[in-house]
Amino acid sequence: MSVFLIRRAFHSLIVLLVMSAVIYGLIGLMPGDPVDLMISADPDVTAADAARLRAIYGLDQPLWSRYLHWLSAAVTGDFGYSRLYAQPVWQAILPALSNTLILLISSLLLALIIALPAGVFAATRPYSVTDYGINLTAFAGISMPPFWLGILLILVFSVMLGWLPAGGTPQSAGASGLWEHIQYLILPIAALTIAGVGGHTRYMRASMIETLRQDYIRTARAKGLSESRVVLGHALRNAMIPVVTVIALDLGVLFSGALITETVFAYPGMGKLIFDAIMGNDYNLALVGLMMATALTLTGNLLADVAYAALDPRISYESLDA
Amino acid sequence: MSEIAATVSEAPGRAVFARFLRHRLAVASALVLALLAVLALLAPVIEGLLGVDADGVDLFSRYGAPTPEHPLGTDELGRDVLVRLLYGGQVSLFVGLTATIAAAVIGTAIGLVSGYAGGRFDAFVMRVTDGVIALPVLPLLIVLAAIDVGKLGLSDSLLSSENVSLYRIVAIVALVGWTTVARLVRASTLSLKTRPFVMAAHAQGAGALRIMFRHILPNLASPIIVATTLSVGNVILLESVLSFLGLGIQPPLPSWGNLLTGAQETIWEAPGLAFYPGMLIFITVIAFNFVGDGLQDALDPRARDRRAADRH
Repeated sequence: MSVFLIRRAFHSLIVLLVMSAVIYGLIGLMPGDPVDLMISADPDVTAADAARLRAIYGLDQPLWSRYLHWLSAAVTGDFGYSRLYAQPVWQAILPALSNTLILLISSLLLALIIALPAGVFAATRPYSVTDYGINLTAFAGISMPPFWLGILLILVFSVMLGWLPAGGTPQSAGASGLWEHIQYLILPIAALTIAGVGGHTRYMRASMIETLRQDYIRTARAKGLSESRVVLGHALRNAMIPVVTVIALDLGVLFSGALITETVFAYPGMGKLIFDAIMGNDYNLALVGLMMATALTLTGNLLADVAYAALDPRISYESLDA
Repeated sequence: MSEIAATVSEAPGRAVFARFLRHRLAVASALVLALLAVLALLAPVIEGLLGVDADGVDLFSRYGAPTPEHPLGTDELGRDVLVRLLYGGQVSLFVGLTATIAAAVIGTAIGLVSGYAGGRFDAFVMRVTDGVIALPVLPLLIVLAAIDVGKLGLSDSLLSSENVSLYRIVAIVALVGWTTVARLVRASTLSLKTRPFVMAAHAQGAGALRIMFRHILPNLASPIIVATTLSVGNVILLESVLSFLGLGIQPPLPSWGNLLTGAQETIWEAPGLAFYPGMLIFITVIAFNFVGDGLQDALDPRARDRRAADRH
C-alpha cells in the first residue's frame, strides 16, 4: 500500500513537473510581455529603456533559461510577485483559494445529497415513469451550458424577482453580516450544484442497476430480506465503489465548472483569478494558479486509485501497478 | 454474388436502423438536429426573405422589440437577432462536428497503432494519454486560446483570414479531445489482434497497416461512432464556453457562445438576448446526447436485452 502510494505520488510529481514546463512554454507564446505593458502605460519609455528593462527582468534570455530560473526559485518556495495584485503570488492566491474551496465543497456535497438518493431511487425501479423522469432531468443537467445556467439564475432571481445579488462579493457592496455573505454564495453554489447533479445521478443509477443484477443480491432476496435491506445494506456499498472513483476523477471537471461559475458571478475565487491572470499577462500568478489546478486534478486521480483499491478487496494495489 | 453480399451487409444495417427507430427520443432528437442544421444552412435565404442584413448595424433601433421584419427583435447594435442566431448556428454546428471528427480520427490512429504495436511503445502512449486526461482542461484551453499563433511561425495568409478563430478552436479541441476514442480503440485492438481472422490475414502476408485499417478498424466502427456522437455535445459546450469567455470564435463572426458574451451586461434591457442562444445550445447538446444514447442501444443489442431482462 505505502509503496504503491509513494510510487503514484512520485508519478504525479513528474507529471506536475512536465506540466510546469509545458505551461511555462505556452505562457511564453502569449502575446505581449510585462515590458510591453509598461510601454503602453507610459509613452515616455524609449526603445533603449525597454531593452534595459528586458535585460533587468531577464526577458532577453531564451525561454528555457527563464524557465530554469523560475523553477530553481519555485522549489525554494519563491513563486514571485503578482503584478495584477501588486502582492507576492501566495498572498494573492490564498483568499481566492479559500473562496473557491467554500464554493467547491458546498456544491459537491449538495450535488451528492441530491444525486445519490435520486440515482438509487431510479435504479430500484428501472424503466418506470419515475426512472425516465429522473433520467431525463439528469440528461438536461449535463446538457446545460454551465455559464448559461448562471445567466438564467441571474435572470430569474436577480432581474425578475430581485431576491439575490447578481454577483460580486459582500465586500464589493459594502455589506458585512452573515446573511449578506450567504446571499452572495447562493446563486454560484446553486449553479455549480445543478451542473454536477446530472452526471452523479447517472453514475449512481448505472452502478446500482449493475449491482442489483449480481448473484449475491438474489441470495439476499432469497433469504427473505426486505427490499430496503437488500438495496441499502447489501447493494449500496458495492455500488458506491465506481461512484466514489468517478467523484474523485471529476475533481478537475468540478474545477473547470468553478472557473465558469466564478467568471459569470464575478466571484473572487481561483478560477476567476487564473482567468484574470491569463488575460492580464500576469505570468507568475497564472503559472502558479494553473499548477494548482493541475495538482488538484492529479490528486483526484490519485484518490480515485486509492479509493478503488481500498473499497474493493478484490483489487490489490499490486494489480493496479502492473 | 454481389447481390448476396449486398443482402448480407445490409441486413445488420437495417436491424440497427430498426432498433434506433424504436428509441423515440433519439429519433425526435435526430429530427430536431436535422431541422436546426437546415435552418442554419438556409440563413442567407431567410436573411433575404426578411429583407435584413446580418451585419447591418442600425444604432437607431437597438434592443428592438419583435416585429414582422425582426421576428426576435434586434441586438445591442440593432442587428437582427434571428438571422445572427442562424449564422451562429452554422459556426457552432460546424465547429462541433469538425472538431469531434478530427479528435476521433486522431484518437483512432493513436489507439490502433498503440494497441497493435503493444509492448513498451503501447505503455508509453498510454502514459501520455493518462497525462493528457489528467490535465485541467478548461484552464489549459484558455491558455491555448490566448497564445499568439504568430510566435509559432505560421504563415501570415492563414493568420489574416477572418476565420482564423474557427480553425484555431477546432485544432485546440482536437488536441485535447482524442483521448476517449484512443483508449477505446486501443483496448479493442488489443483483443482483436489475437483473433483468428487477424492471424489469417497475417498468414496471407498482409502488412501491419493493411491489418490495422482493413481488418481491425471495420470491427471498431460501432464503438467509435457512439463515442463520437456522444462527444459532439461536449465539444459544442466547450466551444460555447470559450467563445463566451471571449477566447473562442471572434466577433463579428457569430457563434452561439459569443452571442452570450455581452448578454450578461444587457440582461436588464434585453433578457431575450441572454435566453435564445443558450436555449439553442441546450437543445442541440441534449439532442446529440439522446441520439448517441439511441445509437448505443441500436449498435449494442446485448445492452438492450439486458435492459429488457431488468424489467421483469
